[in-house]
Amino acid sequence: MKQVNRVPVREQDPEVRKNNFDEVCLGYNEDEAVAEASRCLNCKKPLCVSDCPVSIDIPSFVEKIKNREFYQAAEIISRSSVLPSVCGRVCPQESQCEGKCILGVKGDPVSIGKLERFIGDWGRDNGFIIPVKSEPNSHRVAVIGSGPAGLTCAGELASLGYDVTIFEALHKAGGVLEYGIPEFRLPKEKVVRQEVENVKRMGVKIITNAVIGKAGTIDNLLDNEGFDAIFVGTGAGLPLFMNIPGENLNGVLSANEFLTRINLMKAYDDEFDTPVRTGQRVAVVGGGNVAMDSARSAVRMGADVSVIYRRSAEELPARAEEVHHAREEGIDFRLLTNPVEVLGNEKGWVTGLKCVRMELGEPDESGRRRPVVIPDSEFIIETDTVIMSLGTSPNPLIAGTTPNLETDRKGCVKAVDENGTTTREGVFAAGDVVTGSATVILAMGAARKSAKAIDDYIRSKYAGK
Amino acid sequence: MFKLLEKKKIGPDIWQMKVSAPRVAKYAKPGQFVIVITDKRGERIPLTICDYNKDEGWVMIVLQVVGLSTSRMAELNEGDSFADFVGPLGQPSWFVNAEPSDIRGHNFIFIAGGVGAAPVYPQLKWLADNGKKADLILGARSAEQLILLPELKEVTNEVYIATNDGSAGEKGFVTDTLKKVLLERPEYYNECIAIGPMIMMKSVAEMTRTFALKTTVSLNTLMIDGTGMCGACRVTVGGKIKFTCVDGPEFDAHLVDFDEAMRRQGMYKREETESHRCNIDKAVEESHKRK
Ligand SMILES: Cc1cc2nc3c(=O)[nH]c(=O)nc-3n(C[C@H](O)[C@H](O)[C@H](O)COP(=O)(O)OP(=O)(O)OC[C@H]3O[C@@H](n4cnc5c(N)ncnc54)[C@H](O)[C@@H]3O)c2cc1C
Ligand code: FES
Repeated sequence: MKQVNRVPVREQDPEVRKNNFDEVCLGYNEDEAVAEASRCLNCKKPLCVSDCPVSIDIPSFVEKIKNREFYQAAEIISRSSVLPSVCGRVCPQESQCEGKCILGVKGDPVSIGKLERFIGDWGRDNGFIIPVKSEPNSHRVAVIGSGPAGLTCAGELASLGYDVTIFEALHKAGGVLEYGIPEFRLPKEKVVRQEVENVKRMGVKIITNAVIGKAGTIDNLLDNEGFDAIFVGTGAGLPLFMNIPGENLNGVLSANEFLTRINLMKAYDDEFDTPVRTGQRVAVVGGGNVAMDSARSAVRMGADVSVIYRRSAEELPARAEEVHHAREEGIDFRLLTNPVEVLGNEKGWVTGLKCVRMELGEPDESGRRRPVVIPDSEFIIETDTVIMSLGTSPNPLIAGTTPNLETDRKGCVKAVDENGTTTREGVFAAGDVVTGSATVILAMGAARKSAKAIDDYIRSKYAGK
Repeated sequence: MFKLLEKKKIGPDIWQMKVSAPRVAKYAKPGQFVIVITDKRGERIPLTICDYNKDEGWVMIVLQVVGLSTSRMAELNEGDSFADFVGPLGQPSWFVNAEPSDIRGHNFIFIAGGVGAAPVYPQLKWLADNGKKADLILGARSAEQLILLPELKEVTNEVYIATNDGSAGEKGFVTDTLKKVLLERPEYYNECIAIGPMIMMKSVAEMTRTFALKTTVSLNTLMIDGTGMCGACRVTVGGKIKFTCVDGPEFDAHLVDFDEAMRRQGMYKREETESHRCNIDKAVEESHKRK
């Protein structure tokens, strides 16, 4: 009989971690990982694999862990993913691989995410190097954006022998992994930088501080800089606001601004110059991962924090683990509540948030029940800082400077097929820039397909030449 | 790395720096800006582009020391490097993409306040190179803060000078001079381009409104990324939210909500100046000790 319960994972105590930015989840050690791996039934038709957007051969790598063949486990994962330490920490496993695990019917599913994380970290600590499959060829591909999509596409193409250069607008590589997701969930030096280094070790060059669309366009890259194809993985970084009165008061900021100050610029650390103003009472508007990250960062900066979300707990789009951790850290969830105005004092600083109460009505196009305002339910939440976490859309830097690259109403680059082929020849796109804000692993899954399509495109372009 | 090729003091606490940045130099246009990080712990500081040379691969910036980060930046010496230097960012001035014939019939009066002289220079130079020298009102607190005067004279028709203390040119504000000039030459100018402290740009906008003179300003809001990712730079223009870094930095002065922009600019004042006050004082003291 298999164990019904998963091997528990060690975590920092909520009362302690509320005061630091160190990683919350401490992960498995070797023995714990082996014990957890031993729970896997090694199904003939593994449902976990079919629900993994990059189709990691999960039963095989778990089997290797069971046999303490960690190097082999790392090799198996590396065939499908260059970011195991990242994905093991941030993927919504409960709705993907682990959601389909047979063990989940009667007990806990295998802790696939924690096992993946264990192998990623083991590889880092034991000098595992991602193998490159093919001899170098002379074809050059430019990848724009160094988030999960860009890194994945670059890694795949490097492995196929291409000469790949990533252009990144910010001063550090990693995209949202670097500027958005906080240190306590995804350590920057230990995890993000390491996995970026792994991609570089495959031969990928990364040029930071290069904003394509401003410092050269896609046309320049194709016509003058000798690239055969372009991959656009520029994400969806442009923050949306609610368009309610008072949104430009001092003390109202986007989640991206708050998180960028804290993560990319390390404003929580006195050693760094960038300021951040958190206030005493923070209201975070939204219910996704970004909202949880903002709220939990604000707690660590010493504030009393509430999360304001217009639907109920069941619809919270954030990963289950994040909501659970946020609750443990004392964050107050104000559900079925929607802001209608930001209130301020005569100096223009935020003093409160006027909200209405909501109830759930009929399902909308997304299948979720539509929140409806309860009449005459206005009330005021006192607060000195409001963090808007309402989603993002792609920035216009690329679309606005690339002729024939079509976008949709929301500014997302149009992919004409599932490989990220765009309306512009030689230009492929995947990740948040195509889908709007989604997940790390969906960006990676789509980017892998684009890499294959870029390979095909370049092969056919040069066929017979 | 982005090497500091030349450093020159051009005013009290004002430095001109020539930085090696081939990619930025290659694509820079008048009206655009860069973001500079001094070292690993540094902030991302937006600075306007003062000059650039595509062939030699350098960009010129002008730095006024106003706080901790800028004073640390000013400590770099020739041969040192900036950790990061990104750009060109923002939209170029509209006339860069206009037909030459549209510009030739267009009379510009530029206004530069303080270090606003730096971003105005490449615009005037571009116009001069394209056969349309403009006029300029250059203002500062006192004579020693008037920067780039010889360079500016070379690329303009007429330069009017105004200082608050009267130590050079007319005593008063740039708006006093502007009013005089506009009254002297009614209907002559087609556009005013004003760059300087927010309060100056606001006053200019109020004055030119009474003359119904089209006016463009370049906003120096708070910024972090400069790519449209954080919204720290948002301003209200014509009742709509705009991001200065991607939609601007130049906007129609008569549509900008200056009061809001000034209030938002002060959002981190305490953190940037007061709370760092002790650090700045310390840094200043130390640099004096070293001398
Ligand atoms: C705070 C936060 C928390 C999240 N938490 C989770 C989570 O727990 N789990 C999960 O699966 N997903 C999470 N997500 C979503 C996930 O991070 C994204 O879906 C994913 O990063 C998208 O990857 P990408 O490569 O498409 O884009 P990004 O990661 O956004 O990377 C795009 C990169 O392109 C760069 N760029 C943009 N324009 C240009 C240009 N013109 N030139 C050069 N470079 C450019 C950007 O600077 C950026 O570095 C979170 C997102 C945020 C913001
Ligand atoms: S500086 Fe961040 S959006 Fe403009």
